[in-house]
Amino acid sequence: MTDLRSETGPYFGAFGGRYSPESLIAALDELTEAWESARNDEAFLDEFRALLRDYVGRPSIITEVPRFAEHAGGARIILKREDLNHTGSHKINNALGQVLLTKRIGKTRVIAETGAGQHGVATATAAALFGLDCVIYMGEVDTERQALNVARMRLLGAEVVPVKTGSRTLKDAINDAMRDWVTNVENTNYIFGTVAGPHPFPALVRDLQKVIGEEARQQVLDLTGTLPTAVTACVGGGSNAMGIFHAFLDDEDVALYGFEAAGEGVDTPRHAATITKGRPGVLHGARSYLLQDEDGQTIESHSISAGLDYPGVGPEHSWLADLGRAQYRPITDAEAMEAFRLLSRTEGIIPAIESSHALAGTLKLGRELGPDATILVSLSGRGDKDMETAGRYFDLIDEGATQL
Amino acid sequence: MTQVHDTLAALRRDGSGALIGYLPVGFPDFQTSVDAAVAIAENGVDIIELGVPYSDPVMDGAAIQAATVQALAGGFKLAHVFEAVRQIRARVDVPVLLMTYWNPVIQYGPERFADDLLAAGGAGLITPDLIPDEGADWLAASDRTGLERIFLAAPSSSDERLKTVSDLSRGFVYTVSTMGITGARSEMDGAARALTTRLRAAGENFACVGLGISSAEQVRDVLSYADGAIVGSALVSALAEGGVPAVAAKAAELATGKSESK
Repeated sequence: MTDLRSETGPYFGAFGGRYSPESLIAALDELTEAWESARNDEAFLDEFRALLRDYVGRPSIITEVPRFAEHAGGARIILKREDLNHTGSHKINNALGQVLLTKRIGKTRVIAETGAGQHGVATATAAALFGLDCVIYMGEVDTERQALNVARMRLLGAEVVPVKTGSRTLKDAINDAMRDWVTNVENTNYIFGTVAGPHPFPALVRDLQKVIGEEARQQVLDLTGTLPTAVTACVGGGSNAMGIFHAFLDDEDVALYGFEAAGEGVDTPRHAATITKGRPGVLHGARSYLLQDEDGQTIESHSISAGLDYPGVGPEHSWLADLGRAQYRPITDAEAMEAFRLLSRTEGIIPAIESSHALAGTLKLGRELGPDATILVSLSGRGDKDMETAGRYFDLIDEGATQL
Repeated sequence: MTQVHDTLAALRRDGSGALIGYLPVGFPDFQTSVDAAVAIAENGVDIIELGVPYSDPVMDGAAIQAATVQALAGGFKLAHVFEAVRQIRARVDVPVLLMTYWNPVIQYGPERFADDLLAAGGAGLITPDLIPDEGADWLAASDRTGLERIFLAAPSSSDERLKTVSDLSRGFVYTVSTMGITGARSEMDGAARALTTRLRAAGENFACVGLGISSAEQVRDVLSYADGAIVGSALVSALAEGGVPAVAAKAAELATGKSESK
């Protein structure tokens, strides 16, 4: 019996740590202590659970998808429906928890980075709910491909700053959010969106997302009488994956699979398959796998999915990969889009393009594992935000038509 | 290897302080960056802080980001820093520190990096995103080679952390003047003076202040209580706008802040 679940950082094996400017260490210490105290405070946890129930709509349901599963070698496929959460993805779990923590440490302004916009929307939502000032950093490229989410954040009262430096995507949004935090740390808390970054963020975000796996493990047991053969999720930074994996880490018979964005293919320069193709290094405050050149300069990633378009990955995933506890496999843009369409047509569920990477990986995995397997998939978000990308990809929008 | 320490000690004996000038390698091109570093040393800069361009410089503001992005786009490779140190040291007798984010050193190998820097005549490293807590590899490599190592202290650092930073730094402690990133500021708050006092109480011999310093008057003010004034963005902007003559003139102007400082 392993004991992987009790790991709290700052190190996950050789990964993690705090490679951050000294100016931020006091704030990281403060957050670490605040979380240590909050996670053992029943009043805090009750408030968090009440929000998850009455505001997010938890527990999220599970849905078995037999018509989709016909394309996966007949394996039984069960979706954990994080797409049905308020704001449309798993990101709200973490944002609400960290905004509660912000209140607890007495700060009045929150900042966040966002790629696809889901974490930005979740943070803007939580900030609106608690009356906090909110600034969201978003790469300029992403503001263009996720214009609807920009509008949502603004409607919720957040300021959205398009980041024009570097590759103008998620990694540069994190850099600018860090620069804001260094400057305004006295009144500002950084609501980090994924299980990466300096300690305590990998452990903190994982703790706030682990409800996904805790619910799903029991729901699958109730439905099938046994644990699933495998659990699958997409991995960008890796928060939905850690969220669903965590409850199963010490269930040694349950295989764990993370699906990374392979973009145009892992043998091309245009992908975001960090564990598949990267090597260990330091980015954004933690040691982890990283897409980098021989000099340690970060290589720009590519994915059709803004939420997976990140050249790093959370340190706990790097640790699980090195231990062999979880396997990480690449899924191309084309494979993800095919799964996106397949789930829509067979089950009437339009998934986020991020989550479609998990679905595509699950289709392949089901054919490997055969009809006796049961696969639990993290459906981390819904695809409403992706309709413009999908419309262009599948040529679904009539020529000349505009949305008024 | 105590070039930086010795320079600061000699200036203190003379009743003065150090002007420390930052410029990134490879901006606007390799040779001009070397010429510019030499020019500021010939115009009153006592210690050169050579920046290593990096893709994700979280402590840097717009001026330095723009310069390092251009250096990277112009084909900067890590090996160029050793060649730059070698050429600068051959032309001027001032200590040369490298200011580098940590991942390039990890990928090069901290021991190999230290050997190559030592062989090139470099004095040591300033590490903006490496705190002593994570610095075991660098502590070992710098102990073996004798290279100087400059950690950062911030206004938000606890007394306990200031003690650690002071104990483990060699050369000086980079005293962050204000909570923020690099870039010229018209006014500096009192945080730098207070932090310098706290560092001295923690036992630090040499405290040099950086972030936001862009005028001779600010240099004069900082040197009234600290051992060095570090100027970066103002020099980079001068180089960007007027080339080597402009950065030389800017250095000479900043150096006028040294003369009557104490």
